[in-house]
Amino acid sequence: MAATLDVNGKPLAVQAAEDTPLLWVLRDELGLTGTKYGCGIAQCGACTVLADGAPIRSCLTPIAAVAGAKITTIEGLEGRHRLQESWVKLDVPQCGYCQSGQIMSAAALLAQSPQPTDAEIDAAMSGNICRCGAYQRIHAAIKDAAGQTPAADTQTQA
Amino acid sequence: MNAPFDRRHTQAGPSRRDVIVTATAAGGALLVGCSPTNLMALGAEGEVGAFGPFVKIAPDGAVSVVCKHIEFGQGNHAGLAAIVAEELDADWTRVGWEHAPANAKLYANGALGAQLTGGSSAINNSWDQLRKAGAGARAMFVQAAAARWDVAVGEITVENGVVSHAASGRSADFRELLPDAAKITPPTEPTLKDPARFTLIGTDRVRRKDSRAKSTGQTRFTMDVQAEDLLVAMVAHPPRFGAKVASFDATAAKAVPGVVEVYEIPTGVAVVADNTWAAKQGRDALTVTWNEDAAETRSSADILTRFQGLTDGSAALAEGEEWQAFESRGDAAAQMQVGGQGETLEIGYDFPYLAHATMEPMNCVAQVSGNQARLTFASQGPTLDQLNVAKVVLNLPGSVEIETLPAGGSFGRRANFQSDFVVECVEIAKKVGKNRPVKLVWTREDDMSAGYFRPLVHHRVKVVTDAQGYPSAWTHRIVTQSIMKGAPFGGGGVDETAVEGAKGSPYLAATPHVDAQLLTPDIGVPVLWWRSVGATHTAYVMEHTIDQLARKAGQDPVEYRRALYRKADAKRHLAVLDLAVEKSGWAEPAPEGWTRGVAVHECFGSVVAQVAEVKMENGEPKVGRVVTAIDCGTAISPNQIAAQMEGGTCYGLSAALYGEVTLTEGRVDQTNFDTYRVLRHNEAPTVETYIVAQPAGAHPTGVGEPGTPVIGPAVANALLALTGEAITAQPFVKTSA
Repeated sequence: MAATLDVNGKPLAVQAAEDTPLLWVLRDELGLTGTKYGCGIAQCGACTVLADGAPIRSCLTPIAAVAGAKITTIEGLEGRHRLQESWVKLDVPQCGYCQSGQIMSAAALLAQSPQPTDAEIDAAMSGNICRCGAYQRIHAAIKDAAGQTPAADTQTQA
Repeated sequence: MNAPFDRRHTQAGPSRRDVIVTATAAGGALLVGCSPTNLMALGAEGEVGAFGPFVKIAPDGAVSVVCKHIEFGQGNHAGLAAIVAEELDADWTRVGWEHAPANAKLYANGALGAQLTGGSSAINNSWDQLRKAGAGARAMFVQAAAARWDVAVGEITVENGVVSHAASGRSADFRELLPDAAKITPPTEPTLKDPARFTLIGTDRVRRKDSRAKSTGQTRFTMDVQAEDLLVAMVAHPPRFGAKVASFDATAAKAVPGVVEVYEIPTGVAVVADNTWAAKQGRDALTVTWNEDAAETRSSADILTRFQGLTDGSAALAEGEEWQAFESRGDAAAQMQVGGQGETLEIGYDFPYLAHATMEPMNCVAQVSGNQARLTFASQGPTLDQLNVAKVVLNLPGSVEIETLPAGGSFGRRANFQSDFVVECVEIAKKVGKNRPVKLVWTREDDMSAGYFRPLVHHRVKVVTDAQGYPSAWTHRIVTQSIMKGAPFGGGGVDETAVEGAKGSPYLAATPHVDAQLLTPDIGVPVLWWRSVGATHTAYVMEHTIDQLARKAGQDPVEYRRALYRKADAKRHLAVLDLAVEKSGWAEPAPEGWTRGVAVHECFGSVVAQVAEVKMENGEPKVGRVVTAIDCGTAISPNQIAAQMEGGTCYGLSAALYGEVTLTEGRVDQTNFDTYRVLRHNEAPTVETYIVAQPAGAHPTGVGEPGTPVIGPAVANALLALTGEAITAQPFVKTSA
């Protein structure tokens, strides 16, 4: 049965069955591959997108559950989100596979709490696993995007 | 991962014949690189493949550095590109990078003898090669300019991609000079820059080139490969290692909309579908009966008990098992009999199987037509993958085409002697045929239960000390599966990957009587290198043992180490320790509520010291500030060295605190991140990185792995200081599966 999803501000007709997880519809049917598969059980956060501004794990969300919701993926930020500028400035990504999900979780946090505390960042970001261990820079980049000076910068001495 | 081949060459770099600079032109671009043999007499213009280009300069003057190593997060592309840009005096903002194609001759790792990324060797083995390629290209532009302006070569300067002649006030950029430069024969041994005159290397300007693509979802991983006629495959694997398909019923699977076909392949039953979700539903609908006659059915607890028994004498050696000495000096047995004039410490340590758990599970895209195979995926070891795929399609390794994509992490997993998931994909693509692309997707559960784990390891150490409290005799026993056993290259003798870090330790060098031996029982669990390999356990054993000895001797653990390093003449260890001690404020009390621990370890040519601040929170260790000092030779990208120390520390801490794969009667208990706990954002430490200053031109050494093994013992040593108790097993925090 065809359904219509509102993705990144556009109504898009999809053919997938209504119990199909949003992740696979975004990736395989709509070609929006910025959203990643990591675990399939909402444990790693790589598949995070926004539904009406709230972060959801698209790997476990059937498309029927987001009918009528405004869905935003990493592509929907169009590379212009201040988080993305901070991510580039601090060279946050390593392998980069988890970063779409990290940025979407952070975007939801900043939308709700423009000046987040360290504890708020920890709480909002602990559902997103990064096996490269870029957590320190993710934390710093969120603070940078919020206009705060990171508490502890990476220091080097050559 | 580590050097799987002849490790004696790890520091040697490429041989001289690998670095003869050659050049050609193709499509208007200038290609400069190095030949495996003297191919100065090139074939037809435009023929790429006669030599391996490392620098491509496009008609618009943009520079692309060809990286023979895969990018999987370690940031090597930035360092590799910077080496070329430095010698070329290119405009760094106009320097890009690309992965080299698979070609064992042209793009071999000079340290490993095959095209393979591992052993933290990418920068180390490319240093001379890429400096020459960059300098060779620069010389071509200089000569072209000198000829055009009719001035002496020695009067030409190059800066930021602009070639100038100061006396006449003339200048031209690479774009303008390219047609002339392409006609110049490059010097086979170009003059390299005096490292004291480096302007890019070692500066904060050397940053990743892929941060924007990776922050916008635009990087194309294997998982993201799409094509009009692409099929997606998932495979039902046996529940125990070594089991085979006995029979299967695909009726329900074939009834799933989108499922195209079901095939039996050597590793299980493959479901091929139009899309990923259909493939998963189809795979889950399969009924498979397994023949487990040859399967491994032991539990990890039983394996560990036997390993422990083998070192305390309660278990007997099986046929074919024998202890192998890896470091011997003096007469440790006699010393143990006599006893030291000081203390005796005897202690065992246990390390579990570990999954790599890359964020992007294993996957591959392959298309097969007859005996031609083309692959598009994150190939960490193209030479291994070509060899293994060639056997499946019955062709020569060199005929297997590989386009390498960035990987969503590897940590060693993507390079193994069997090319397990690659071969599996090719087996399916061969069944499908017709050159139709097949994307094999492993779920997280497939990935976690597929093995190729860091082996389970047991150590037993006995040390007697002299009157001053320093080791006078040290016996060391390691029991673990061999990673190198059955490898098509090297092999025989002691598996160095099992003992590195214990073998060669400055603490053993400072001990008059040493008896260190390895035993490698056969077990049917696939094992593999895992970021920092042997050091994942040897660093812990050596560093935690040293703190216990320092404690018995009533000495500060820093002063105790310094004394041993002086005995062993370990100057680099002393230097990193001194720097970490200074920056951490070791001499002052730790912040209220925190306890400090220190550890130092050398691997992959680099030495790392860490001072970690630790406290107990909700019954679990919490790690805060971690001061890291590293000696990695010339620091090419301080920013990325810091990134690797930060990430490597998290990877090592994740394992030490939480990492554990267990087997119950041969079945892997952990299936996903709910049961295989990994370090999360709120648990991550704050790592500060300090780089030991080096003489100009010092050969760069590894940074991808050396940051991983030190944090475990640093935390254990802090907890030892806090509680007085040694920690004899990892992980420190148990997760129930």
